[in-house]
Amino acid sequence: MSPRLSGDNLFKILAALLAASAAVILIATGYELFVGSSPVLQRFGLYFFTGTKWNPVETRVNPEIYGALPYLLGTLVTSAIALLIGVPLSLGIAIFLVEMAPRTLRVPVSYLVDLLAAVPSVIYGLWGYFVLRFFILDYIEIPLSRYLGWLPVFSGTPQGLDVLNGGIILAIMIIPTVSSVSREVIQAVPISIREGAYSIGATKWEVIRNWVLSYGRSGIFGAVILGLGRAVGETMAVTMVIGNAIGPSAIPTSLFKPSQTMASLIANNFLEATPGTLELSAYIGVGLFLLLLSLSINVIAQVMVTRILKVKGGAVE
Amino acid sequence: MTSYAYRKFKDRLFFVLSLGCVIIAVVPLLSILIEVILNGAPELSIKFLTQTAGVIGSPDAGGIGPAIQGTLILIGLTCLIGIPFGVMSGIFLAEHGNNRYLRAYAGLMRIFNNALTGVPSIVVGITVFALVVLTLGHYSPLAGAIALSFIAIPIVARTTEESLKLVPNSLREASLALGVRNWRTTVSVVLPDARKGLVTGALLAVARIAGETAPLLMTILGGQYFFQDFSQPMDALPLRIYRDSFLNYSNFQAQAWGAALVLILIVLSLNIGVRVASRGRLGK
Amino acid sequence: MKYKIVIAIVAIVVIVAGVVGYVYLASSSPPTTITLIGSGATFPYPLLSVMISHYHEQNTTVQITYDSKGSGGGISDLESKLVDFAASDAPLGATDMAKAPGTLHIPETIGAVTIAYNLPGIPTGLHLTGKVIADIFAGNVTMWNDSEIQNLNSNVTLPAKSIITVHRSDGSGTTFIFTGYLSVSSPAWNETIGQGKTVGWPMGLGAAGNTGVAQDVNNTQYTIGYVELAYTLQNGMTVAAVQNPTGNWILPSLNTIQLAVQTAASSGLPAGNQSWTNVSLLNANDPQAYPIVSFTYLLVYQELSVIPGMTQTRATALVQFLWWVVQPNGGQQYSSSLEYVPLPANVVQIDEASIQSITFNGQHLPTS
Repeated sequence: MSPRLSGDNLFKILAALLAASAAVILIATGYELFVGSSPVLQRFGLYFFTGTKWNPVETRVNPEIYGALPYLLGTLVTSAIALLIGVPLSLGIAIFLVEMAPRTLRVPVSYLVDLLAAVPSVIYGLWGYFVLRFFILDYIEIPLSRYLGWLPVFSGTPQGLDVLNGGIILAIMIIPTVSSVSREVIQAVPISIREGAYSIGATKWEVIRNWVLSYGRSGIFGAVILGLGRAVGETMAVTMVIGNAIGPSAIPTSLFKPSQTMASLIANNFLEATPGTLELSAYIGVGLFLLLLSLSINVIAQVMVTRILKVKGGAVE
Repeated sequence: MTSYAYRKFKDRLFFVLSLGCVIIAVVPLLSILIEVILNGAPELSIKFLTQTAGVIGSPDAGGIGPAIQGTLILIGLTCLIGIPFGVMSGIFLAEHGNNRYLRAYAGLMRIFNNALTGVPSIVVGITVFALVVLTLGHYSPLAGAIALSFIAIPIVARTTEESLKLVPNSLREASLALGVRNWRTTVSVVLPDARKGLVTGALLAVARIAGETAPLLMTILGGQYFFQDFSQPMDALPLRIYRDSFLNYSNFQAQAWGAALVLILIVLSLNIGVRVASRGRLGK
Repeated sequence: MKYKIVIAIVAIVVIVAGVVGYVYLASSSPPTTITLIGSGATFPYPLLSVMISHYHEQNTTVQITYDSKGSGGGISDLESKLVDFAASDAPLGATDMAKAPGTLHIPETIGAVTIAYNLPGIPTGLHLTGKVIADIFAGNVTMWNDSEIQNLNSNVTLPAKSIITVHRSDGSGTTFIFTGYLSVSSPAWNETIGQGKTVGWPMGLGAAGNTGVAQDVNNTQYTIGYVELAYTLQNGMTVAAVQNPTGNWILPSLNTIQLAVQTAASSGLPAGNQSWTNVSLLNANDPQAYPIVSFTYLLVYQELSVIPGMTQTRATALVQFLWWVVQPNGGQQYSSSLEYVPLPANVVQIDEASIQSITFNGQHLPTS
């Protein structure tokens, strides 16, 4: 073995090995979660995914039981609200920046929007708990409750720490992701399409609505899925504003109910449980549930986004 | 039959609406910045930045010295672990060459890399709790750094790969033509050319992990004292903010805002660093 | 050229961070520091933190960290041997005892669970009975001006607003005490929800720690929550006057708690290494006693070598700290100012016997 080759090979081998870091981490994560959650899954089986009672402390009256459905619903409902509010806003921003903004505004405005992503989650939570909560309570929840309180979705006494607050904070947090990917998608629409549309006399809005958006349909859908993935995995901000309910009372039957997401449940209660107990296994089980959900969303999103964008970091081969 | 005037009106309306979207998105950002500055700035002082936290409930809330130290230590440790793994990973993904098997392997590793970015940070916390804290038998700054590295590695790997791919092939070919070995080419010719991108990637990763809280909850736990050794729990800025926010004492809540201000300053300056470092670079 | 500067700045920042961290490391504590870690109940936290602070002033080489995360978390940490001592208002039940064999219960103080509320215009002293409180938290009484509450309070006009209950989201000894009280006050509660560190609350906001509940009650109108006395005092909150077995409406205070302790704790207390699950200070028989009163316990292994990383020095430091905590002229002197009741003499004796029984590798440790 000549020295020239072995130095080269050594480096290549080292790089190849280290390239597997992400794979090793991911596999270790999957392994730990599967192993850690098997006690609770073996004990409760399907109930863990479909049941609603959650009782870690066996009392005379209530046996120990774990059903994670309310938290799945909490995650889904807050994420749905986040998408309902966040996606239109993000699209509006993306369209504004690509199609409508004067050149000089483009960089500063896009920078401001991207800055939303730089704010740490716990600071969103701090702001959400002390500031946004009262704004939502006074200007959104109380009026809604007064005029539309007969609708089940607006029932209950609002106090600000609930599903709606969680959803709104998530909406703000996904805006940078969804808008920046949408921006790239819209930019990737060929000039020829736009020019063709303008040449037949379409207005700017018509070009966007009828040609650009439909051309970029799948990419934008991918951006939305990416945003969904972000919303599902978000922990701290939601934990601080969601109201921390447990068990059947956590099911989000109304926007004004305190609830719980899978991530917030773990953040709130993981440290409570003793290692080796069924309770800890239950939180790991919720973590597994959350991992599977986020991974599938993320994979779908990556596939959709790379279809329309040719140069995207980490193209799936 | 829609008249031209009507279509023009819709056009203008949409301009206003999309501008409205921008404004609605920017308002929360401004609100957060204003609130953090207004509530946090009065707290800033040398004492605040260097002292330990006071007894909860007492009039003297003390300071966030241990939290700042903890965040700096975590950043340092995570860079030590995360950057080498991430950069080497990115190098392989970009420079693996044309071998059919290596290319397939690289593709697979890339998929894993992207998948890892989709793992929620609280799940990373659970994994590291099981892997490190339970094995060691105690909470540890090392566990925290490992958890943050798990988050940082895919980010660094991806940005490294992107930056290396932007280096023109002619550079590599010229170096090889001169007889420089493969790895030497990578290290001495390609990497320096991609410096800017690498720095950007590292800064991006650091900015991201500096604000992470969830993985720290079950790895370093938090605490009142400065760093002692690797077998003790440690505090960090995001943890301090989280815990202080639940304390119903106005001086401690003010401390949370002060810590938030410090954290935002750190994260924002890192982000500005990213912008400055990537100026002139094509792409994002 | 420009980015070279950026790289230089970044490198400098990382190096400075490392140096700063190291300097703090080197200078922050003398090399002979003994560190002890405890975690658990938020109930006694105001007192424990004052005690720890004063103890540190007198013993500068001993640094004690107490993570106030809730009784559930503390017991959990004790079982995992991640801490040197734990604190809990709920005594260890059979399951927990099995997971942490050889644990000593050392009551270190006595506190009260108050019923705090946020009703604009209504002062402290709203009359409530145990049964009504149970009905409120069970969701059977949903409006503040419900006749069940209004009938007890003829001198105030209660608002026609929904009651928002606030409970603990973490595993809490305070919850254990509170739900214990509700279980004896309401057969319906006893049958459907019962007593525990965590129970199936049918509705309401969850908050972490006594401070979290106090915070939510303070920040939200028309709420009601259960909070340890020291927290309601520190935050100037309005609390209910709860009816005791003799029919009087009693506000929680040092005096009314002390009376509860005197009557209920005078006899029949177990030793430190026995089970304390049957010890209750609820509904004490004195006419002026507050009905929701409880011991809170420090939990420590009798044989300290089971904790990884325990040394002779640290074990001695722990024993000496615990000894000081229960002494009338030691930790107990700080109780009254925070409205915790100092331990009565008979309890101090039990605690001293427990602390003296602590061993490291079979050897007893000096208490001073």
